[in-house]
Amino acid sequence: MDFEVIINNLPLYLEGLWITLQLVVVSLVCGLFIAIPLGMLSAHRNYWIQFLPRLFIYCFRGTPLLVQMFLIYHGLGQFEAVRESLAWIILKEAYWCALIAFSLNTAAYTAEIIRGTIRQTPAGEIEVARSMGMSPLTQQRRIVLPSTFRRALPAYGNEVIFMLHGSALAGIITIVDLFGAAKIVNSRYFVPFESFITAGFFYLCVTFLIVGLFRLAENRWHAHLRPRQS
Amino acid sequence: MKKLVTALVSFALLALFSTAATAGNWDKIRIGVEGAYPPFSWVEADGELKGFDIEIANALCNQMGAECVLVTQDWDGIIPALLAKKYDAIVASMSITEERKKKVAFSDKYYNTPARFAQKKGAGISISKEGLSGKSVGVQRATIHDNFITAEFGDSVTIKRYATQDEAYLDAVAGRVDLLLADSIAMDDGFLKTDNGAGWEFVGPSYSDPKYFGDGAGVAIRKGDQDLVDLFNKAITAIRADGTYQKINAKYFKFDIY
Repeated sequence: MDFEVIINNLPLYLEGLWITLQLVVVSLVCGLFIAIPLGMLSAHRNYWIQFLPRLFIYCFRGTPLLVQMFLIYHGLGQFEAVRESLAWIILKEAYWCALIAFSLNTAAYTAEIIRGTIRQTPAGEIEVARSMGMSPLTQQRRIVLPSTFRRALPAYGNEVIFMLHGSALAGIITIVDLFGAAKIVNSRYFVPFESFITAGFFYLCVTFLIVGLFRLAENRWHAHLRPRQS
Repeated sequence: MKKLVTALVSFALLALFSTAATAGNWDKIRIGVEGAYPPFSWVEADGELKGFDIEIANALCNQMGAECVLVTQDWDGIIPALLAKKYDAIVASMSITEERKKKVAFSDKYYNTPARFAQKKGAGISISKEGLSGKSVGVQRATIHDNFITAEFGDSVTIKRYATQDEAYLDAVAGRVDLLLADSIAMDDGFLKTDNGAGWEFVGPSYSDPKYFGDGAGVAIRKGDQDLVDLFNKAITAIRADGTYQKINAKYFKFDIY
């Protein structure tokens, strides 16, 4: 065991951790913004309204994140037209390609969580809202969505953790995230165990943080739905 | 029941130790190769391994009178897998460097070629600290080229590290890197002379400073297996002497790369 090289390369790991956190936080925020309308549309009763959102969700849940990322990074770069276009300023950078892939992927999963939770809104709540004379949009805004966000919290906490772990794929396309840093240390000093266990430790710490944050959030917004404690 | 278990366990242990016992006798050698580094090694569409490294590995085995099994392994894990005994030797254009010598033993070199930069034709990049400032250069991770660029130009140039040389070529074509740094022969035949690399050219001097680029490419072997190192050294001298090496060399290159 040779943890000295790990200590010497700690700055590399910390820079990697910073990149990982950026990727995860930004893609979660973007993903959530895409997911809310997407989830609402896919929960709509009209088949034609839910068709496209559900197709999107199906495609992004139906293929591995790695395949999506390679399609955006390597796949789009193959076409001359893409390379000549303005979009190339963004698609040229591995960082942005990863961010786009992660955002779309988490958007699909989060939309599915929202769709399921909206569908499970107790019928009574909606009946009451309707009898109060609320328009469909007001019903969504005042009754369905607030209750959905509360009830979706535990499932969303899971998605956040999955996104953190999925972000390790960024290390494959030249980005020096936490996993990328571990790969550099491994291949430079030939210490696979030490280098990857260190990355694992950092991921564990971040997961611990996420679990804690969601526990706080659930205590605040989900408390009324918890089983009563004796 | 208990007897059966004891029998099975002792059989398993016996099998384990009997393979360990044959480790000193080299009738059968497993060789780790990369398979993503043309023209030295690549995988054909039908899965067959081809290239200079592959033919040299087979010629060395022939010379030693050993039966060889080639195992493909990604570059990143090629030394750890040797240490983990997934194979007994690496024939993968691995340069003999000080850092690697801390972990593995090397045979004598079997070829030695310099490194060079390549740029998009007409880009006019000057290879100096100032000239490289703000540019990006693609290298294969944990190679001599990675070490060189990191140590010499790391503070002025953006380094993009790839798991395989092929991926670096792919991103060069896509315009994601301004420069490539790699072995000159590998880059010439594996990229510049192909349709993909038609728009690229060599730029700057040839590098072969032993401090970074080592003493040429050798066969890497676990430190405990000094007998195998000796066998490989003898075999390299022998195929150089009997013309086998030159025959293989001529199939791939116009000049002797030894």
